[in-house]
Amino acid sequence: MSPRTLYDKIWEAHLVATREDGTSLLYIDRHLVHEVTSPQAFEGLRLAQRPLRKPAAILSVADHNVPTSNREAGIADETSRLQVEALEENVKAFAVPYIPLLDDRQGIVHVIGPEQGFTLPGSTVVCGDSHTSTHGAFGALAFGIGTSEVEHVMATETLPQRRSKNMRVHFEGKLPEGLGAKDLALRLIGQIGTAGGTGHVIEFTGSAVKALSMEARMTLCNMSIEAGARSGLVAPDETTFAYLKGRPMAPTGTQWEQALAYWRALPSDVDAHFDKEVVIQVDGLAPQVTWGTSPEAVLDVTGRVPDPEQTGSPADKEAMLRALEYMGLVAGTPLEEVPVDVVFIGSCTNGRIEDLRAAAAVAKGRKVAVGVRALVVPGSGLVKRQAEAEGLDRIFLDAGFEWRQPGCSMCLGMNDDRLEPGQRSASTSNRNFEGRQGRGGRTHLVSPQMAAAAAVTGHFTDVRRLLGA
Amino acid sequence: MQPFTTLTGTAAPLLRANVDTDLIIPKQYLKTLVRTGLGQHLFAEIRYDDSGAEKPDFVLNRPPYRAANILLGGPNFGCGSSREHAPWALLDFGIRCVIAPSYADIFYNNCFSNGILPLVLPLETVEAIAAAGNPVTVDLPAQTVTAGGVTHRFDIEPGRKTTLVEGLDEIGKSLANLAAIEAFEAKRGRETPWL
Repeated sequence: MSPRTLYDKIWEAHLVATREDGTSLLYIDRHLVHEVTSPQAFEGLRLAQRPLRKPAAILSVADHNVPTSNREAGIADETSRLQVEALEENVKAFAVPYIPLLDDRQGIVHVIGPEQGFTLPGSTVVCGDSHTSTHGAFGALAFGIGTSEVEHVMATETLPQRRSKNMRVHFEGKLPEGLGAKDLALRLIGQIGTAGGTGHVIEFTGSAVKALSMEARMTLCNMSIEAGARSGLVAPDETTFAYLKGRPMAPTGTQWEQALAYWRALPSDVDAHFDKEVVIQVDGLAPQVTWGTSPEAVLDVTGRVPDPEQTGSPADKEAMLRALEYMGLVAGTPLEEVPVDVVFIGSCTNGRIEDLRAAAAVAKGRKVAVGVRALVVPGSGLVKRQAEAEGLDRIFLDAGFEWRQPGCSMCLGMNDDRLEPGQRSASTSNRNFEGRQGRGGRTHLVSPQMAAAAAVTGHFTDVRRLLGA
Repeated sequence: MQPFTTLTGTAAPLLRANVDTDLIIPKQYLKTLVRTGLGQHLFAEIRYDDSGAEKPDFVLNRPPYRAANILLGGPNFGCGSSREHAPWALLDFGIRCVIAPSYADIFYNNCFSNGILPLVLPLETVEAIAAAGNPVTVDLPAQTVTAGGVTHRFDIEPGRKTTLVEGLDEIGKSLANLAAIEAFEAKRGRETPWL
């Protein structure tokens, strides 16, 4: 057999049928469901009078719409409440496993899947959410789908798919002090653009990736979609297995041993072919900050707001002018002189325990700058509990941060956590699109360390200085 | 799903690059429980001002584009989230076809799920169609777009084309493979029982 990539292996192991129209029917092992992209899928099943094929293949939770403070009092926003109630009614009617809103295990769908051991190497994972790519950190083929596809998986446990191309992104070297996986992801997107991975599955390799924790690998794979790739992958290794062992839904006993043997055979073969390769040296990499309204508009924190007059084509110039106008930035301004109004630490990108530790290390013994509002929103109830056991909540509260309940929160502002028009945020989330965090809001994407640094100084700051790195 | 064969009508130009799904349909409209009624919120952030009044310079607020059924877009159209509310909003507004140089993968798939043709042509051609003016005719069986008397040919994967032309029920099509699905599940139970 010719050498195969990790993606090739998972793909071939899930092939149910190859059809005349050129599509392949791919088996789906795991399906994560949340309240925003599922109501119409459940309704579709009802209208067509189709059963839900395999309820046990689903794990469902409400995350996008949920309040992150005083949620015991219920959801005040009526449309949000109705959507969460619709999920609760649907999971009951279709006997789908569900983690209730007040359960300690509740959280962002892409945080709880791995936490519960629901996400496993070599499996296929889908969710009606583009950041499903997160789960690729475990060597699972995980990708976001639309609601019609959610219904399709519910009815058939399969999806008609076309094979993607293989792309390898190799991060070589040692990640400098004060930097995180978010900086790797932003650096990559800055280089290849938000369409750089379109049509491809990205496998992340190299010494810098090998050294990353599972949390950091999730951050990296999470951002694959911002590079245009529906899926990111990291080959499973001892770090992966150590994370999974003992998780509630992970295999045990002889099945654990059997699974380990299977998982160890998953990594890409040595001579496997990649259609596209990118190599990035990480030694000397600086913390990254986005300045525009696309994740590819990113610079070293030591940089200056770019000048539209010095850019390439007229279309690029026009796009840059529009972005700078929206962002309220003047060409040539050092990024470190740009003040922030709001700091958001959380999301499926950077809402895990390691992210909170990294932010707390910067916040410790410092105070949130006057006029800055800073929120910490743990990715799940279990992350929150762990952080509290480590005293991170005290560090944040003493510094003047708000300590919230878990959910998607200000990443997209479907609940009450939003930017006001003109407000500028340092955000650990994944998208800086116009209006993403609130109408007229101005988002700068950064790592948790950099977000904490902005919170305590009131402007973007090279966190390496605060850490004495 | 409504079949797509030929379409003649008005093409509205929105040629900027990286039109994301947050721009197509902002999050505050994702709280709906149904697929319909989103057309009024299509491009809400750039279509209406803070008071909710129409911005006169936005393309879909100007005649003849208020009645557009084709949208001309720039590269990487539909990037961002997986929200199918984006094609639902386009469809509810009346858009049945998008013509752009490239699309984000999930949005591209979602269009086909809803009978929208996301047609790929080089940027120069999209610009030429915009310059030629209306009406524009899209003929999917013949794989052509005609504007201002000039006909442009486009490529589309045969399976995708059939889905649209016949308005196929994709779930029904997959369920025709039920025996293969069951056989796969039996094998999977033996080989990877932990799944």
